[in-house]
Amino acid sequence: MKDLETMGGPRGDSDTKMEVSDALKTTRKKKGKRMGFGWRFYLPALILAAFVLVAIFADFIAPHNPVKNHLADSLTPPFWQEGAKAEYLLGTDQMGRDILSRLIYGARTSLIVAALGVFLTGIVGTILGVLAGYKGGWVDAVISRAIDVIQGFPLFLVALVLAIVLGASLFNIILIITIMFWVGYARQARAETLQIRESAYVELARIAGCRDFTIAVRHVIPNLLNSIIVIATLGVGSVILLESGLSFLGAGIPPPTPSWGSMCADGRSILTTAWWVSFLPGVAIMAVVLSGNLLGDWLRDKLDPKLRDL
Amino acid sequence: MTRYMIIRLGQGILALIVGTILVFGLARLTGNPLDLMLPETATPEQRQQMAEYLGLDKPIYQQYFVFIGNAAKGDFGRSLFFYRPVTQIIFERLPATLELGGTAMLFSMLVAIPVGVYAAVKREKWQDSILKVFAIFGQSVPSFWLGIMLILVFAVSLRWLPAGGYGRFDEHLILPALTVSTFSIAGFLRLTRSAMLDTLSTDYVRLARIKGLKERYVIWKHGLRNALIPVITFTGFVLVNAFMGSVIVEAVFAWPGIGQLSYQALLWRDFPLIQGILVFSVALFVLVNLAIDILYVYLDPRVRFTRD
Repeated sequence: MKDLETMGGPRGDSDTKMEVSDALKTTRKKKGKRMGFGWRFYLPALILAAFVLVAIFADFIAPHNPVKNHLADSLTPPFWQEGAKAEYLLGTDQMGRDILSRLIYGARTSLIVAALGVFLTGIVGTILGVLAGYKGGWVDAVISRAIDVIQGFPLFLVALVLAIVLGASLFNIILIITIMFWVGYARQARAETLQIRESAYVELARIAGCRDFTIAVRHVIPNLLNSIIVIATLGVGSVILLESGLSFLGAGIPPPTPSWGSMCADGRSILTTAWWVSFLPGVAIMAVVLSGNLLGDWLRDKLDPKLRDL
Repeated sequence: MTRYMIIRLGQGILALIVGTILVFGLARLTGNPLDLMLPETATPEQRQQMAEYLGLDKPIYQQYFVFIGNAAKGDFGRSLFFYRPVTQIIFERLPATLELGGTAMLFSMLVAIPVGVYAAVKREKWQDSILKVFAIFGQSVPSFWLGIMLILVFAVSLRWLPAGGYGRFDEHLILPALTVSTFSIAGFLRLTRSAMLDTLSTDYVRLARIKGLKERYVIWKHGLRNALIPVITFTGFVLVNAFMGSVIVEAVFAWPGIGQLSYQALLWRDFPLIQGILVFSVALFVLVNLAIDILYVYLDPRVRFTRD
């Protein structure tokens, strides 16, 4: 507030000019501090960056072919255990497949699902939410009821039913994620559009002769982008959890494509002798989901405190 | 008041109708039930007979009305795998699911609500930050992995608890209930915290402080009692999920509830059974939400006056 007062002071006075530039400097400094790039940003951002890089460059990083069996070396333990072999850093599963390589290629699967899933849900949800909030009337009624119905279904059970009915494939998993997760974006976009629609700048744009489409693209969507970004970041975790859960039950990414969820399931029957087969993929899932959630939480605090209930 | 109730009831019925249409359509999407029920060698006459017997020769909208009429009477047909009425099978599995879901819900509320209040009181201090990270952690652990790791530690290594199976309210319950609770504890905790922060900044809490009330009373009586109202909404959500059972957790621990039943039904392509479970769950969701809305009106007088 004080900065604003000084800026509104009489012009021409050299003292005031000095004050203004000082004030601007401190505001800028404060703003930098307020963004607070502390460990709550760096830790999850680094993990996610590593995850993305590993997924993209899997072909160059992975020491082995992730789907090739080395039956003679089956169930080799990871490096910190007795009986480990140098060529299989994190050990092998019952088929003798290198777990490290499978984790690396599994990252690619998860990244594709998360990136496409979050992108599509975000776009579909935002468009429908803005449409409902801006148009009102029967459009709103239809979209709102659709949101109610989808939220009324038990999420995982319906996703599982769809996965089995439609058949397990990467495309279908992303389709299912879009069907189940667009509602979160749509609710938020609708609620905010209702507010933005009443604002003076939308009113002015309308008086200036803007068409509805222009208003939506130029004035409404940019103003709800913050919330959408927060929901999308938090959505990375839920999407990966849903995919790995489906794959764990054998209804997700079909074998032999490595997926962290199905890798966990592979180790279930040999838990007593080779616990690492289930343990390691779970750690990978948790690291990525946790990073997404931490980053989303940080973003929410910074961009949009009114969303803290999410 | 009455008008609000009628609108909510209407919305609930609408959601139920749309829900059943979707479930019905979904089951039809999967292919002709005749192919599943008859051998490949069946003659066209036999197929025709079976279609007539099942009512599949009628137009699809008529089939839907038959389906919905029977469903209203609690009749979802017979399971293709068990050869018994679907409703009967669901009610057989319900106790185990209720036992697991109820225990997990009670446990998570007992843990999370006091802790959430504590986090709100210690707002922005280190205690709050640690609890926040814990809550985010709880929402990030994949439940199947947590279940397997609990089995590994407590059943395989320590041999303290069974790795799976069911016995009425005994040690079998502990590991699955812990696994289910992890997620809902995190949810309850964050919700209680934010609801508490909202109430602690209201005028009546300020007044309670100004008149010199002990902080203990301010927090637990004036604060928590009002903060619990939004928490109840989440309870409804958790309740429905508990009712439908956790598919993953029940599969990991071989828990004979609705969750495991639906997974088996899916593997066997037992569509009458899946249809029954889904319609059951949608109906339940609508009912629980309606009950919560009514409860809201009684708990929060503000709703009674503003929503007229």
